[in-house]
Amino acid sequence: MTYIVKPKNHHPLLEKNELGLTRRDYEGAVSTLCAGCGHDSISSAIVEACFQLSIESYKVAKLSGIGCSSKAPAYFLNQSHGFNSVHGRMPSVATGAAMANHELLYLGVSGDGDSASIGIGQFIHCARRQLNMTYIVENNGTYGLTKGQFSATNDLESKSKYGDDNLFPSIDLPSMAIQLGASFVARGFSGDKEQLVPLLKAAIAHKGFSFLDIISPCVTFNNHNTSTKSYDYIREHNDSLSKPDFVPLGKEITADYEEGSSIEVPLHDGSLLSLEKLSEDYNPKDKITAIKNIQESQRDNKVLTGLLYIDPDAKDLKEILNVSDTPLNTMNKQDLCPGSEKLSGINQSLK
Amino acid sequence: MDTRYLFKRYNTWWVKLAVPKGLRDELGYDLRKSLQTHDLKIAQELRWEVVDQLRNKINRAKGLEENQQIIPKVKEFVPPTDTSNPQYYHKVVDCQHACPAHTPVPEYIRQIAQGNYNEAYMLNWESNVFPGILGRTCDRPCEPACRRTRTHEKAVAICRLKRVTYDYKDDIANLIPNIEASNGKKVALIGGGPASLTVARDLAMMGYECTLFERDGKAGGLMRTNIPSFRLPEEVLDEEVNQVLNLGIKTIFNSEITSMKELLEEDFDAIFVGTGAPKGRDIRIEGREEAKNNIHIGIDWLTSIAFEHTKSIGKKVIVLGGGNTAMDCCRTSIRLGAEEVKVTVRSPFDQMKASEWEIEDAMGEGIPIHDNHVPKKFIIRDQKLVGMEFEKVEAVFDENGKRSLVPTGEDPVIFECDDVLVAIGQDNAFEWIERDCGIEFGEWDMPIVDKVTFQSTNPKIFFGGDAAWGPENIIWAAAHGHQAAISIDKFCKNEDLYERPEPSTTLVSQKMGVHEWSYDNDISQARRFLVPHADQKESLKDLKMEVELGFDEQMALEEAQRCLNCDVQTVFAEDLCIECDACVDICPTDCINFVVNDSEENLRNSLRIPAINVNQEILVSKKLEQTSRVMVKDEDVCLHCGLCAERCPTGAWDMQNFLYQEAKVYS
Repeated sequence: MTYIVKPKNHHPLLEKNELGLTRRDYEGAVSTLCAGCGHDSISSAIVEACFQLSIESYKVAKLSGIGCSSKAPAYFLNQSHGFNSVHGRMPSVATGAAMANHELLYLGVSGDGDSASIGIGQFIHCARRQLNMTYIVENNGTYGLTKGQFSATNDLESKSKYGDDNLFPSIDLPSMAIQLGASFVARGFSGDKEQLVPLLKAAIAHKGFSFLDIISPCVTFNNHNTSTKSYDYIREHNDSLSKPDFVPLGKEITADYEEGSSIEVPLHDGSLLSLEKLSEDYNPKDKITAIKNIQESQRDNKVLTGLLYIDPDAKDLKEILNVSDTPLNTMNKQDLCPGSEKLSGINQSLK
Repeated sequence: MDTRYLFKRYNTWWVKLAVPKGLRDELGYDLRKSLQTHDLKIAQELRWEVVDQLRNKINRAKGLEENQQIIPKVKEFVPPTDTSNPQYYHKVVDCQHACPAHTPVPEYIRQIAQGNYNEAYMLNWESNVFPGILGRTCDRPCEPACRRTRTHEKAVAICRLKRVTYDYKDDIANLIPNIEASNGKKVALIGGGPASLTVARDLAMMGYECTLFERDGKAGGLMRTNIPSFRLPEEVLDEEVNQVLNLGIKTIFNSEITSMKELLEEDFDAIFVGTGAPKGRDIRIEGREEAKNNIHIGIDWLTSIAFEHTKSIGKKVIVLGGGNTAMDCCRTSIRLGAEEVKVTVRSPFDQMKASEWEIEDAMGEGIPIHDNHVPKKFIIRDQKLVGMEFEKVEAVFDENGKRSLVPTGEDPVIFECDDVLVAIGQDNAFEWIERDCGIEFGEWDMPIVDKVTFQSTNPKIFFGGDAAWGPENIIWAAAHGHQAAISIDKFCKNEDLYERPEPSTTLVSQKMGVHEWSYDNDISQARRFLVPHADQKESLKDLKMEVELGFDEQMALEEAQRCLNCDVQTVFAEDLCIECDACVDICPTDCINFVVNDSEENLRNSLRIPAINVNQEILVSKKLEQTSRVMVKDEDVCLHCGLCAERCPTGAWDMQNFLYQEAKVYS
């Protein structure tokens, strides 16, 4: 951590968004994570994405569990709502909050320990239920806060900093999420913001469960040369499926691709996700191709990044449950509790 | 920017022209020698010639190796910045770079913040000889250059902090270096102003026997005669002038040199002319002769006040001119009892030559400035001056930007007056130099003086200060003095005058702990502090009462904290970088970028915030290992807060203090 507050001074030519805010207005406190932590780059990418989307900070709820990753929400959007939950229980809190008020933008930040170990049950059901949120796993394959033990996403062949062998195979969260019914699944890399920022923007714009597995090297415990989650390993083995470009509603499409080389996915809010294909065999709307691509890249020792799967028309939890359009937290007591007469009516109908 | 900086640029041409490494030494070429100038404009014109020469030379040399093949055009890219060239980091320290004498500004400001006034004073004394005087009167080229102006704030009050070093120092007599034993060489210094005094100081330290000739009874030159004591108290002036004279300078006062030939016959090894621009320009319009008793030349009038020959002036005074002398004249008039003082300027207000703060001070004392007024005639009634007639004009610019003042056709303006002070410029006066003593004269009847060596065409005679190329400011005189002293020393030792000594530089890491630096990297959000003034009612009555009171110690400390420590450089070691983006993410002013290399123009435009200020350099790293990109840092608005280095996990960024000290004749 640093001793000084980040100076307020900014570049005189710093860009402003539609709200008249600069990127600096979306920042949080100065990070207390280790210098060089991938999580800080992700925070910065979130700041950039929210700035570019002209999101009003007070309409965002940041939710997290426990771990290095779960500290990160303190370092972006310091004017948003926030809840730092019990270890692995962020999805429950998010579900409750989203049920009470579906009008906020829910940004869940979790880690590989929080989501792939202690909270895996919560993660599974959250994905399965299509909760309308952006679920980010800052994946570094290690337990940084407890001094570098293997986490459940650490690859089998990836030895520890001290030379210990990893005995168990890794859990691939994106594959799981696709299987479980998540309607937006992507993998990014903290060291590649050109890819990460548009992915984040699309994930935020997508309605339904948006899952982002972001490889985020741990400079302290998992950036050595036998690690498969280090900066140089990822850069060497990165196999990008597509170059994403997010075009918000009402903006002109400026990218110009050769015919057949790009895929355009219109999102529910009218924005457009355009994907320049980098791989021949790429169809993000098809589950089977998506899982096949992931499996093949694992076999070839590659790290597949980009948008893996999307179903832009999927229903989210609110639609599935047919919840009222008026957020529950704005309803009065009468509407929330229609009284014993109605209850008896319901009971009668079930007899 | 001088040619040494161009030298760095020239180094990069090798790469652009794709010269095989082995060939570079063979084709060695020294740009400085070929240009023989420190004048930027001339150097810029000449450099393309040099590039073409180089290109031809290289093509020829390569042709021999490659069977006369034409070299295909190479894709342009920016080579890694050569930070080992002292001019690179020097240019980052904008204030120091802008100072003609290259005073290490941030270094002395840090000393002030620590309460080390003596050390701060001595750093100044080394560079500019007159810290107390300049801290009150300097034209401050450093302040418009201050980085704070580029982050849309006011510059650090550098000049007034310089004054603080004088105001709060103790006796520094024992800090002045010992002078060397006499080397038997004799140097004559003509004129006792800042240029001569600087040469005298530098050479006296080396054991030269210096004799200073001054037409007045005391040394100081324009600092004594032209700057009124309400701006520069006599005791400050005396102290700093005597500091120099006490180094064993032989002084001959009240003796005006009237013949260069006669002086050349004496046994001086070298002669330095520092006679300034002592002739105030006169105005030749109707009524000038008749009214001559009430028309005074500004600088002569100020001189006669300094020596207490003049003690009064009429009730109504008009000052003609818009420079600093005009400002001094009008403010002096008020103090002598004038009741209605006005300044008239030919040009529009915003093109007045006087420093902004001097105009402010004059207007603050209730003196109106009438711009666009061209004097037409003096109005005489009963053989007495009663007023002046002016024509109103407006400035019109042609396609080439040349200004002409066109009459507006309005009625002439008439101002009443009892006295007129003419402060419309100064000229040199070299009647005393015979035209057959080996000094060639060029345009405007000015001696031809080499811009690097300050030598005239008579190798024994050197010029500096206003005497060299016309009126400038004290700080320029000091800068000239240092260079002339180097030349005189080399001349006396029969060395090549173009072999200029290199500056001394040190680059030292400021890292104390994981997140601790030995400089204060917290950026002050305070606004520029205003210098308190004496009570105006009192000060307007007293010619000798200093108007500015200077900062007290607390204000000085807080103003010093506003300094951004631009001399603490962001040093990048690409071999250590793992491209984690931590520096990019933390930088408050978005200076740092990792991009694919390209031509300088494309590179500047590809940054997160385009580096459009081409007066500021970009720091370009070698190609990085992981992604083959380069790190590009725009130096323009870097706050030197060190956060990049704090967030860097591998120590690829480090904050290192760069101390640049311009070469002096003594070392």
